[in-house]
Amino acid sequence: MKIETVVNGHKRIFDITPDELLADTLKRYDYTSVRKGCDTTSCGVCTILVDGSPVPSCAYLTARAEGKEITTVEGIAEEAERLAEHFGDEGADQCGFCNPGIALSVHALKLSRKSFTEENLRHYLVGHLCRCSGYQSQIKAIQRYLGDAK
Amino acid sequence: MKFANYHRAESIEDAYEILQKDKTNTIVGGGLWLKLSRREIDTAVDLCDLGLDTIEEDEDVIRIGAMTTLSRIEESDALRNVASGIFPRAVSFIMGVQLRNVATIGGSVMGRYGFSDCITPLLALDARLDFHERGTVPLVDFLHEKGKVTDILKAVIIEKSAAKGFFKKVQKTAHDFPILNVAIVKKEKGTRIAIGSRPSVASLAKEAMEYLEKAPTPDEVIIAETARLAKETLKYSSNHRASAEYRAHLAEVYTRRGLMEVNGLED
Ligand SMILES: Cc1cc2nc3c(=O)[nH]c(=O)nc-3n(C[C@H](O)[C@H](O)[C@H](O)COP(=O)(O)OP(=O)(O)OC[C@H]3O[C@@H](n4cnc5c(N)ncnc54)[C@H](O)[C@@H]3O)c2cc1C
Ligand code: FES
Ligand code: FES
Repeated sequence: MKIETVVNGHKRIFDITPDELLADTLKRYDYTSVRKGCDTTSCGVCTILVDGSPVPSCAYLTARAEGKEITTVEGIAEEAERLAEHFGDEGADQCGFCNPGIALSVHALKLSRKSFTEENLRHYLVGHLCRCSGYQSQIKAIQRYLGDAK
Repeated sequence: MKFANYHRAESIEDAYEILQKDKTNTIVGGGLWLKLSRREIDTAVDLCDLGLDTIEEDEDVIRIGAMTTLSRIEESDALRNVASGIFPRAVSFIMGVQLRNVATIGGSVMGRYGFSDCITPLLALDARLDFHERGTVPLVDFLHEKGKVTDILKAVIIEKSAAKGFFKKVQKTAHDFPILNVAIVKKEKGTRIAIGSRPSVASLAKEAMEYLEKAPTPDEVIIAETARLAKETLKYSSNHRASAEYRAHLAEVYTRRGLMEVNGLED
């Protein structure tokens, strides 16, 4: 079956099987930033934005993305670069596998203009597992980035 | 999960008709739990175009459409105003934002999951389920039913009457299933105590509730006895997360603390 979506601002038509999941479709269409870790909706590595909200692409039906706007980290390259600088400064970047998903969730938080404390930032990011950083440095970097972004 | 066809229902009648055509045909909520199953489905029926994703309220009740995501529930002011906001609070402890942006209340209730952090508060709130064919069924009755459901859940209904609430999820990490969860709702006409993830699906602690009923203004001694009854009269089992003994102990401790809280007593 064919579905039409907008990916990173560009109209795309995907030829898919009915039970295909968005992470697989996006990888197949060369959005190489999209990663899979657990493939069980647990780690957050595969996070992308659908209509501005973070979702686990490993479990999101592509068929349901018909008419929706999808954002991968390629679509927020400049913002991701700025966040990466803060990650570098705080020593939060190690293997980097978790970063695209985190960058997209943080981007969505920024766009929501919700106010946040350290505690609710930690709660917001619970769905992003990172095996390297220990989280403390990531939280600091994200706080600096969001502070910058205000 | 594998399926051969994807059907976006145009009406609830259309969805119901397709659902009856083949016994493997299945409603997709958020699809997250389905994804983990090994089910082979002929047609997946998607309800996403039917406007079932809203939270509506009138003077007496709040009606949560079956396709409402857990994130919407978490952010609902209407639900925050019911029983100290235990339902949105309970939902906020489920995994991460990404999962809650997709998981639906329909899928969460229809799965009758033992670990559910949704069912326990809904049971304490005495929620009702509105089905396409059967009409309205109390959640407590639905949980006792067995076998595959061939009906479609349209909404979960909660009464708005003044109440105090308590919810506790005991979990090993912020990202884990519950070891146990306890929800208590105290209304003018009585107190409901629900205990879930024992690890079987949530139940009301009926003997404890009946005992408490006899004391309109319970003190510490009555509350301690009620909590003991919640421990003694429900079945707790062991699995890789915790032993039956530990679960029973947690049930007593959090039932007592919860009852102290909803009765305005200091622990
Ligand atoms: C990794 C992971 C961790 C989780 N951790 C927790 C946790 O800690 N606590 C917790 O409470 N929950 C947890 N959950 C469960 C989650 O919150 C949802 O309850 C679950 O994913 C089901 O919701 P869904 O919308 O994805 O349903 P689906 O997977 O789409 O559907 C589940 C079942 O319900 C049926 N169904 C769906 N909607 C309807 C309807 N309207 N009418 C009739 N039948 C319907 C489907 O046919 C299917 O059989 C977890 C889930 C995952 C994947
Ligand atoms: S790969 Fe999707 S959540 Fe882990
Ligand atoms: S930096 Fe390695 S997983 Fe996060």
